[in-house]
Amino acid sequence: MTTQRTPRTLTREFVEALSVEKGEPAWMRAHRERCFAMFEKAPLPRFGPNLSELDFSDLSYYARPVDPVKRWEDLPDELRRTFNALRLPEAEQKALAGLGAQVDSEVVYRSLLDEVRAQGVIFASMDTAVREHPWIRDYFMKAIPAEDNKFAALHGAVWSGGTFIWVPPGVEVSVPLQAYYRMQTEAVGQFEHTLIVAEPGSSVHYIEGCSAPRFARSALHSGMVEIFAKDGAKVRFTTVQNWSKNVYNLNNKRALAHAGATVDWVSGSLGSKVTMLYPTTVLLGPGARTENLSFTFSQDGMWLDSGARALHRAPDTTSRLVSRSVVQGSGRSVFRGTVHVFPHAKGSKAHVECSTLLLTPDAKTETIPILNAETDDVELGHEATVGRVSQDQLFYLMSRGLSQAQAMSLIVNGFVSPILKEIPLEYSIELKGLLEMSFEKAIG
Amino acid sequence: MPVLVVEDLHVSVGREPILRGVNLALNPGRVHALMGPNGSGKSTLALSLAGGPGYEVTRGRASLDEEELLSLPPFERARKGLFLAFQYPPEIEGVSLREFLRLACAERGQGFCEFHKSYPQAISQLRMEAFDGRELNVGFSGGEKKRSELLQLYLLKPKVALLDEPDSGVDVDALRLIAGAIRALAESGAAVLIITHYPRILEHVPLSDVFVLDGGRIVEHGGPELAHRIGEQGFEVVRG
Repeated sequence: MTTQRTPRTLTREFVEALSVEKGEPAWMRAHRERCFAMFEKAPLPRFGPNLSELDFSDLSYYARPVDPVKRWEDLPDELRRTFNALRLPEAEQKALAGLGAQVDSEVVYRSLLDEVRAQGVIFASMDTAVREHPWIRDYFMKAIPAEDNKFAALHGAVWSGGTFIWVPPGVEVSVPLQAYYRMQTEAVGQFEHTLIVAEPGSSVHYIEGCSAPRFARSALHSGMVEIFAKDGAKVRFTTVQNWSKNVYNLNNKRALAHAGATVDWVSGSLGSKVTMLYPTTVLLGPGARTENLSFTFSQDGMWLDSGARALHRAPDTTSRLVSRSVVQGSGRSVFRGTVHVFPHAKGSKAHVECSTLLLTPDAKTETIPILNAETDDVELGHEATVGRVSQDQLFYLMSRGLSQAQAMSLIVNGFVSPILKEIPLEYSIELKGLLEMSFEKAIG
Repeated sequence: MPVLVVEDLHVSVGREPILRGVNLALNPGRVHALMGPNGSGKSTLALSLAGGPGYEVTRGRASLDEEELLSLPPFERARKGLFLAFQYPPEIEGVSLREFLRLACAERGQGFCEFHKSYPQAISQLRMEAFDGRELNVGFSGGEKKRSELLQLYLLKPKVALLDEPDSGVDVDALRLIAGAIRALAESGAAVLIITHYPRILEHVPLSDVFVLDGGRIVEHGGPELAHRIGEQGFEVVRG
């Protein structure tokens, strides 16, 4: 892999060479090979968006366009300008405990506040962590096995970069940690692996942001996130995704929540050509809780297929799945909210709420709630609404001097505000700006 | 010199003619009233001037400061200084009253700092402390909506204010508050048009002109005494 790019078709030899190049332990090499074999056999998902245009023989499975640096100033000019425009250095100074930045396949920058390091927190690139902490083997792809689906298997074979976080027992990381993922090369595949292990009684908030410039050929982002929240731990995972319209964004995210643990997923999805993303929490211990708050904005030609899953496997567990979808032009949004309560999970509560706002007549939406309870001792709630922007609302706002684009973006912002207010400020401001820009473009 | 002039205005809603040649002029610094029975076209006149969807102007003209108004989109009419206080303002979820007004004031050329002074002032003047932090009109009672409209009027400082039934559904204290704000607005030089069925509110404001609309036309134009006559004898007094 001293070459900066790889052959465009995935082979077993490439997978082996990748592992050797990364200096990985034998177990990881064997894991990659096993995953590759599964990937070759596994079918594409049998539901959701059409993936037939995704060409597995026209992707760079590894790309390292820039070398890692210790200081932002040392990045190539173009990339430095991009990260400055995304205000990453500023956020690092003001609002974060640690920051990582990945370009294509490798982490190029990473920092962690000294006081957080002194608490014993590990915040490392996944590649480094695999080499330095052999015990990671007990967690890596143990929440999401390669058997789960074709993209889990592909990820297991070619993963590169990503974040490893370990929070020692009882340690509360009071300021968020963040990673930023950038795809910079045409037709690249990005496969970062994020693993968070929160020991009993600890807490951490992790934020990931994603973007890419637009290219003619399709790119693939297939990350994996695994969260292990032990007894009483609290983990919050926030994603703000603004991939360009040529990106297939097909991810796997799953958390295991032990007794009394809390796992919250918060996400804002504005970009990509196709997204398939269904963050799942398995409530393994009594009293575990999860919230999944998601907002999607599907514009012309996009298909955002998202959802949330809560599997109640212990008594007195609680889940709340809330989504707000906005659909414009020929965009399409699908929300799959799945709750499964197992027989012994008595006294559990689950609530699923999905609302959609259609901005144009040809916008399409579908909500697919699946609520299964194998016990009667359970409280299940479900609400779904689909609405359109009313002419009266638009006229009212315009009669106060707001342009149509401003009025539209205000209404949409209001609609998604229950989710937006859960997203850290610097991102929610960016999201509002992105929404307004897209209306200016659409309305002209 | 009138600031708003309406000439021979014909408006249809869903092909049905509602206004059939309205002539009207509003003068700066004056309070005018537009009265008329139910269905006479009062709200249609206000909504047409503001550019409401579904109100089709089939003939006539309207100008603000001698500039043609009817070809402009609603937000440009507002930016030129026209304001309509709605009879039934819609609820807009998730949008805070304050954030919305900050945006609207910015479009009227008020800077961030100016707004941060004027907003709390207006809130306290109109005794609307309980409104701060709420979503725009969401869950507001009828009377609260009227006061929210008034707050907007107060901050946006229009040249011409059309108030569509600002007095309906409000208690006597709120009525005094509203009348006080209308007085202040006229004193600041704005032209005010109060649309109402009832002369009650007109007793609390320095009224100069009364127009009576019936069957889509102005059938009578007079001074404050016309409002009194209507109050005592009903709209029969203006019907031939």
